[in-house]
Amino acid sequence: MRRFLDALRDLAPIFLVIAFFQVAVLQQPFPDIGRVSFGTVCVVLGLVLFMQGLETALFPIGEAMADAFARKGNAAALLAFAFCLGFGTTVAEPALIAVAAKAADIAAGAGAIADGTEARTAYAFELRMVVAIAVGVAIVLGVLRILKGWPLHWMIIGGYLIVTALTPFAPDEIVGVAYDSGGVTTSTITVPLVTALGIGLAGSIGGRNPMVDGFGLIAFASLTPMIGVLAYGVLS
Amino acid sequence: MIAERLALFQSTALSTLLDVAPIVAILAVFQFAVLRRRPPRLRRIAIGFVYVLVGLTLFLIGLDEALFPLGETMARQLTAPERIGGAGWSGYLPVYAFAAAIGFATTIAEPSLIAVAVKAEEISGGSVGATGLRIAVAVGVAAGVALGCLRIVTGTPLAWYIVAAYAVVILQTIRAQRAIVPLAYDSGGVTTSTVTVPVVAALGLGLAASVPGRSPLIDGFGLIAFASVFPIVSVLGYAWVASRLGRRRNPTKNPGS
Repeated sequence: MRRFLDALRDLAPIFLVIAFFQVAVLQQPFPDIGRVSFGTVCVVLGLVLFMQGLETALFPIGEAMADAFARKGNAAALLAFAFCLGFGTTVAEPALIAVAAKAADIAAGAGAIADGTEARTAYAFELRMVVAIAVGVAIVLGVLRILKGWPLHWMIIGGYLIVTALTPFAPDEIVGVAYDSGGVTTSTITVPLVTALGIGLAGSIGGRNPMVDGFGLIAFASLTPMIGVLAYGVLS
Repeated sequence: MIAERLALFQSTALSTLLDVAPIVAILAVFQFAVLRRRPPRLRRIAIGFVYVLVGLTLFLIGLDEALFPLGETMARQLTAPERIGGAGWSGYLPVYAFAAAIGFATTIAEPSLIAVAVKAEEISGGSVGATGLRIAVAVGVAAGVALGCLRIVTGTPLAWYIVAAYAVVILQTIRAQRAIVPLAYDSGGVTTSTVTVPVVAALGLGLAASVPGRSPLIDGFGLIAFASVFPIVSVLGYAWVASRLGRRRNPTKNPGS
């Protein structure tokens, strides 16, 4: 019941904003009440169930695996797991597939690649691979940082400097795609898993503070794709 | 009507399943082949995954039925040339207002942000409030998306804004308490997910198509980047203000903690 009220509270702003702009700004009637109410019920129920699953599956499995890896003490296996998790959750991400296809259209329009279906498909595929490998590397780097206790901010600021340095050399049409690629890679299932993994690791290794060392994996996952795509643009 | 909805449920469930399958496969391979042990309470976790699957499916269907068509239509209508109140950047004021409002509202509903906020409150022992964090992130997204729309209208290069925002983040990091920095950096990545991306992307494409001299292909990109950087600024800013207020209220407390 509490979850149900929480879900209603979480979703109320969207409905208010849409209703306000529809009626007061665009001055149009509210369309198809039946369909909207059906959708609303689905969204609320879905959020309630997702939050339940989050607490019973995604958080516990992430933390249990972090704990098991820490106890086993096999860093290579942990890093392999980190790479697979980053790569595997990104490569099939629908938002990324959509962005890569659009980026291929842009590149073809700008004359950077041949204007044909085959060239576009190849370009979109390469872009997706670049981003997925970048996210894999991100989780590896993030896990290494937790193991070694490196300070996060120097690594992220270093990443910002690399992005800033690469931007002038990258073709104009790829900069927007590169900057957006950092945001589209982190899906609703990956985020809780990766967060739980980081916090679990920081909690299982002596001398680490979960607040300082546990967070930060997502930050890497939104930074390295930008670097990867910019570098791809510079090189190709 | 009912057959149509069943078909929609089926196709959405299938795509969610395809989304979850690689994750479950990776977890299973490492759990059983590398770690060689059954995770504790396997049954409970399996049931939890079913909840996640059904929950996400319903969530996406609901968004598709109730929100996305409306949000996308409104983005198109608001950016239609005949609605724009004059040349120059100020003719687009309703667009910025909508961008900020919808950026804020979709971020509050973002499930991955709820997950991180819940975890942050738990780990920090309540000193980081889940609701406060989510509002701070949502304010950052609102400001970012509105500014991103202004950029599309004025046609200034994306890199200037993003690099300037990086400079602000670096300055804030120097002044910030160490414990909040990783969480703030993470909050940039979690905001742009299931709910925010489709509506914000539609807004960017609509705007780039209607402003004279912009190409939707090139200028339509970039709003997501704004929505990922500005929450870092707003969360660091919120933490700074909160710690100043806290220090004024309890002057005896150690300010470094």
